[in-house]
Amino acid sequence: MSTDTDTPVAQPDSFVFTDENRQLADTIIARYPEGRQASAVLPLLDLAQRQHDGWLPRVAMDHVADVLGMAPIRVYEVATFYTMFNLRPVGKHHVQVCTNLPCWLRGSDKVMHACKKTLGIEVGETTADGQFTLSEVECLGACVNAPMIQVNDDYYEDLDADSTAKVLTDLREGRQPKKGSQTGRTSSEPAGGLTSLMTVGGEDA
Amino acid sequence: MPKLTIDGNEVEVEAGLTVLQACEQIGIEIPRFCFHERLSIAGNCRMCLVEMERAPKPVASCAMPVADGMVIHTDSEAVRKMRKGVMEFLLINHPLDCPICDQGGECDLQDQAMGYGMDRGRYLENKRAVKDKYMGPLVRTIMTRCIHCTRCVRFITDVAGVPELGATGRGEHMEITTYVEKALSSELSGNIIDLCPVGALTSAPYAFNARPWELQKTESVDVMDAVGCNIRVDARGTEVMRVLPRLNEDVNEEWLGDKSRFSIDGLKRQRLDRPYVRRDGRLTPSTWAEALQAVKAGLAERSGVAAIVGDQAEAESVFALKGLMDALGSPHRDCRQDGAQVGHGSRAGYLFNSTIAGIETADALLLVGTNPRVEAPVLNARIRKRALRGRFPVAAVAPAANRTYRCEELGADTGTLKAIAEGHHPFAQVLRDAARPMLIIGNGALARPDGAVLLGLARRIAEGTGMLVDGWNGFNVLHTAASRVGALDLGFLPGEGGRDTAGILDGAASGEIGTVFLLAADEIDMGRLGGAFVVYQGHHGDAGAARADVILPGAAYTEKDGTYVNTEGRVQLARRAIFPPGEAREDWRILRALSEYLGHKLPYNDLDGLRAAMVAAVPHLGRVDAVAHADWGGFGADGEPDGAPLADAIENYYMTDPISRASVTMAQCTEAFLGAAEGKTGTDG
Repeated sequence: MSTDTDTPVAQPDSFVFTDENRQLADTIIARYPEGRQASAVLPLLDLAQRQHDGWLPRVAMDHVADVLGMAPIRVYEVATFYTMFNLRPVGKHHVQVCTNLPCWLRGSDKVMHACKKTLGIEVGETTADGQFTLSEVECLGACVNAPMIQVNDDYYEDLDADSTAKVLTDLREGRQPKKGSQTGRTSSEPAGGLTSLMTVGGEDA
Repeated sequence: MPKLTIDGNEVEVEAGLTVLQACEQIGIEIPRFCFHERLSIAGNCRMCLVEMERAPKPVASCAMPVADGMVIHTDSEAVRKMRKGVMEFLLINHPLDCPICDQGGECDLQDQAMGYGMDRGRYLENKRAVKDKYMGPLVRTIMTRCIHCTRCVRFITDVAGVPELGATGRGEHMEITTYVEKALSSELSGNIIDLCPVGALTSAPYAFNARPWELQKTESVDVMDAVGCNIRVDARGTEVMRVLPRLNEDVNEEWLGDKSRFSIDGLKRQRLDRPYVRRDGRLTPSTWAEALQAVKAGLAERSGVAAIVGDQAEAESVFALKGLMDALGSPHRDCRQDGAQVGHGSRAGYLFNSTIAGIETADALLLVGTNPRVEAPVLNARIRKRALRGRFPVAAVAPAANRTYRCEELGADTGTLKAIAEGHHPFAQVLRDAARPMLIIGNGALARPDGAVLLGLARRIAEGTGMLVDGWNGFNVLHTAASRVGALDLGFLPGEGGRDTAGILDGAASGEIGTVFLLAADEIDMGRLGGAFVVYQGHHGDAGAARADVILPGAAYTEKDGTYVNTEGRVQLARRAIFPPGEAREDWRILRALSEYLGHKLPYNDLDGLRAAMVAAVPHLGRVDAVAHADWGGFGADGEPDGAPLADAIENYYMTDPISRASVTMAQCTEAFLGAAEGKTGTDG
């Protein structure tokens, strides 16, 4: 959980947006009316997190506050409220296992177990090589393809223990696994093939 | 005006009120934690739920504006159940540590749990525990007790204007914190202790010292600045345990600056509790008779006597001292130990004429040589309150500072002031365009050799930009000394051919002034007193006492009944909460006794007699809690400013007078805030 402040984190001394990100930040800020720059706090924090290896050190939040002319505490409030902002370092691959009801009914326990076994870490931990961090998360909105995990920006769906292990092994060995459903269906089509909209105007589609 | 029915009573209330306020108007109490009249509405504690007909759910009365035809029930079975439910939820994570909690006995949660809660708990799981946070040397936190009403966050953000507190995390993990573990850098931070409805934020210096029911409460006024905040002094036995603000809409609303609230531990340290006489170069304890005799002998040996009044003297002792000086035939007296060039000319020339509440009706403001944030934090909160409503251009001819509201910094050059007075500075036009423009001139401009010239420029600005219109006087002087206006009203200024503070010091150095009487005056350069015979009457062993030849121990503001006139000219009474320590006495009594020794017996024997004489001399001093109208007239001087840039009147808010200098708490604040600031200039460039 992002509010875990029990163990101190080694904080870097400074953070500034790269020129490229700064330009992107200005583009984002320009979307909002004059005087409402603070509205850009979420996309800017996301930008900062992407620039800083997937987590937000305090200096990054301070920098965002500075860019937006906000009081730093207002940025801390936002960053700690949203669980997708990581306030401590994460591995190169941030494995987020959904364990909410639909995923759980479809076997997320097995997925979670496979993650722990493959990576050799518990929830909240990072592998010694800094490759993987394992998190348990709430619903990611892919219930139709449950169970699922999210690794960085990508969803891997319709998992079981084996396919989970394969995805993680591929990632560890530098290969890009297939994104989305691991059982071969396209997005969230019915698992057993089409059952409706089979005909167009009375003709077979 | 909307008409609504509350518990069967049809009432008509002002539009824009909330249901909770409407209920209050007809005497129905609605329990609440997060709602506070002076803060923005949050609506997050849910304790104020009421039933509204035709609404599907209970409504939070604090956040529901009144509307025509509403039917509200505040005492139905459903409402009672809601309150019980909300209270049960609030208590789920609240520790049952009332016996060791400083809020015990004056805790909203405790009281309302008694009134609206259940008689037993049903929650068997573990309660959550929250780490305590560091908020500086004044506010002690026990965050497990926090119920997340966010009053402190809203106060610090909105009223104090120092957004450093927030609520991080969410749900069960929500915490009130600065996040960076730093001391709250507001001069008003102590108010969050009063606002906290539970024991999460308590006073650090007062921790575990007393229970509210043990305290004797005395209503008084504060003397740490010239605002005259209304306070309640809570004492136990011979000790002042704490100072709390008292409601006064015209002065401090219900806020109080940190120095006024927390410097009271200085009342117990460095006190002069017996007379001293300097013998063979050393101050030695003596009796009253010996001390008064020594004053008489000292006076007799020398020619030329002068008197300087300190910053916290009440009008009674000033009046008595003036009577004594008149009897001795000396015109050398001054109440402006900082050398402020005010007091000559019309009374409007040294008052905060707009009044503090009047700030809210102004529509443009020019600050001259003042930083109200440190000179009068409560008054600064009033300016911020006005500034938040918008359309309030503020500019400052003063050293740049974080004033907690947007302010155009025009620099500290007195030439700018002249340009505004002559009308060709852009801000002069802003002032002319305003309907009720105002100007505040402070000691940064007045307490310098050309102060009278700058005061004259300020008068020209007031006259030239329409600050004096029907029912509005936008010219304001912000003093820093609580005694100042009262002493000026009493005319404690150099008489015919008399010397002012600088003249007295020069005279003392050159030997023309043989005796200097200091009435708790510690802010002058004691080194310039030369070989003069110095009588110090005061309550603390500060600079004056160290230099004195005779020390007459007086009373601090909590130890005497006294009249104070604040910077607006408002007459207010301070009342004795405890007795002065040891052999110290109320100041007017000492002067009365001394007058008898000197053979010029003052013509009153008790405080009533003194006050009658004082009011006879200055009638408006008898009209307590009122501001006497001051007519506009000439004051200030013509001429050229000497060119030196304006400086801050106060460098360290936390230590400005003998009491706060003796206070350990204020020393901790100085270290926490100014020490850190110094460190910053070194490392942060």
